[in-house]
Amino acid sequence: MNLPSAAPLVLGIESSCDETGVGIVRGTELLTNTVSSSMEEHVRFGGVIPEIASRAHLDAVVPALRRALDEAGVSLEDLDAIAVTSGPGLAGALMVGVCAAKALAVATGKPLYAINHLVAHVGVGLLDGGPLDGRDLPENLGALLVSGGHTEILRVKHITDDVELLGATIDDAAGEAYDKVARILGLSYPGGPAIDRLAAEGDPKAIRFPRGLTQPKYMGTPEQPGPHRFDFSFSGLKTAVARCVEQYEARGEAVPVADVAASFQEAVVDVITAKAVLACREHGITSLLLGGGVAANSRLRALAAERTAAAGIELIVPKPSLCTDNGAMVAALAAQVVMAGGRPAGLGFAPDTSQPVTSVSL
Amino acid sequence: MLILTIDTSAIASAALLSAGDDAAEVLATFATEDTRSHAEVLAPGIRRMLDDAGVPGARLGLVLTGVGPGPFTGLRSGIATARTLAFAWDKPLAGVMSLDAVAWDVVAAGAAVSDFVVATDARRKELYWAQYAADGTRQSGPHVTAPSELPALPVHGAGAGLYAQQLEAQGSSVPEAFARTQPTAASLGLSAAAVLRGGGRLADSSPLYLRESDAQVPGPRKRAL
Ligand SMILES: [Zn+2]
Repeated sequence: MNLPSAAPLVLGIESSCDETGVGIVRGTELLTNTVSSSMEEHVRFGGVIPEIASRAHLDAVVPALRRALDEAGVSLEDLDAIAVTSGPGLAGALMVGVCAAKALAVATGKPLYAINHLVAHVGVGLLDGGPLDGRDLPENLGALLVSGGHTEILRVKHITDDVELLGATIDDAAGEAYDKVARILGLSYPGGPAIDRLAAEGDPKAIRFPRGLTQPKYMGTPEQPGPHRFDFSFSGLKTAVARCVEQYEARGEAVPVADVAASFQEAVVDVITAKAVLACREHGITSLLLGGGVAANSRLRALAAERTAAAGIELIVPKPSLCTDNGAMVAALAAQVVMAGGRPAGLGFAPDTSQPVTSVSL
Repeated sequence: MLILTIDTSAIASAALLSAGDDAAEVLATFATEDTRSHAEVLAPGIRRMLDDAGVPGARLGLVLTGVGPGPFTGLRSGIATARTLAFAWDKPLAGVMSLDAVAWDVVAAGAAVSDFVVATDARRKELYWAQYAADGTRQSGPHVTAPSELPALPVHGAGAGLYAQQLEAQGSSVPEAFARTQPTAASLGLSAAAVLRGGGRLADSSPLYLRESDAQVPGPRKRAL
């Protein structure tokens, strides 16, 4: 195989949740980032319905490929490699992207890379014009990924082969909690933007909602970490919001939705940023990259900026179109794997719905 | 014309056919009995089949895909593969109803003496099925129903084998020869080639799900009073 060591041209496909993304990069240069979302189709259900997302991927993937190649002005023959999200994600959704990517590899004879979705959220930071603008990823890098599908803290010693999961949600993802609470409050889907807007008018200290997994028995000490020192839980918070709303209703009082929204958001963002900064401190992480759709949340960004600054940690925030799920991040990470001499996956791999971050590429 | 056919409505299979003015011939096939690992096996199977046959994609005249009915995730893997191959090779793409493959097998074996039914497993105690005339012309379907809804006719296909006792008790017959037959890309391709020879048109590659997604629109939240 004659892969160029510098600036390989890579096409990446993403279909792990409800966005069908195709991105093309040349090394760290972003050529195009085409995303087609089935979000509208999930609105009436108040959350992502896997079967509906999978059906939408099937119909979106070839048009997205066509558009991405047109926009980038490259042909399939020009590519050095093809990449696809192999996991983690929804099984039926991943399957569509993986089958399309394998078919592209069969048709073109190009090497195929099977990429970890979570690590790809970090890889996007390397693109030119991004938050690092082409400079190498900092040493002592961490990542805080917050979306409708995941909530994780990662340590990234080396983007292509040494990534460690420091903490993750043990139940709902943060974005999922937003969606569920939005429903309780009668707000629209997706819940993140709706709650963020409403929270701006409310008092975040009006109601004290629980911060999941922050009790000493879960946290432990730096010397003797508890079982969930850097983990998250949002299902108890959701239940607390529901109880709170029911109590207002039971008393025949109007629910102060803006205060509830602000207080809920504060509980989520407080625990996420506190644990992320704690993880950074205790693992010697000096730069923290924010990724995932919830990275667009105004309060999360503000509090993350405030707390990282206070701790002397650099905060790296890619632009919103690169924070949400997209194909460019898959291509960007695959380009790093190619440049590092990583081996392609071949055609025989299966999507892995719970692919661990230690498996950057299959 | 060389045709690449893919079907993943039940098992995963692919076939390379040569379709002429008078007949079509199967040149190579790939199939797996497994009904649950399509995403792993299909692409390597197609690559090997084409390599062994010495046929590059550029020489194909048509890509065909079975469009089901079949379990959704498996079905989509074949359609996604076929659509992407057709796009990448810039070839025409068409779809064929997957049960037609079994109907082709039944008629080609001379086993159709009357109207008959082809049925495959739809899981959840239901069958995907369609009704055919003795010459293989489809008369109704595809449907998805409980086995009790099938007409009292000979029923062929792996779905018939699964419910043989029940079907026979309600007046159908389940001939042993086709009681385990699944749709294959080879038979699907032969069936489609016959349609084209007869001047007929093939469908597009839209999947025949026959069922809505299971999603329920949530009702209004119960209020506390
Ligand atoms: Zn994501």
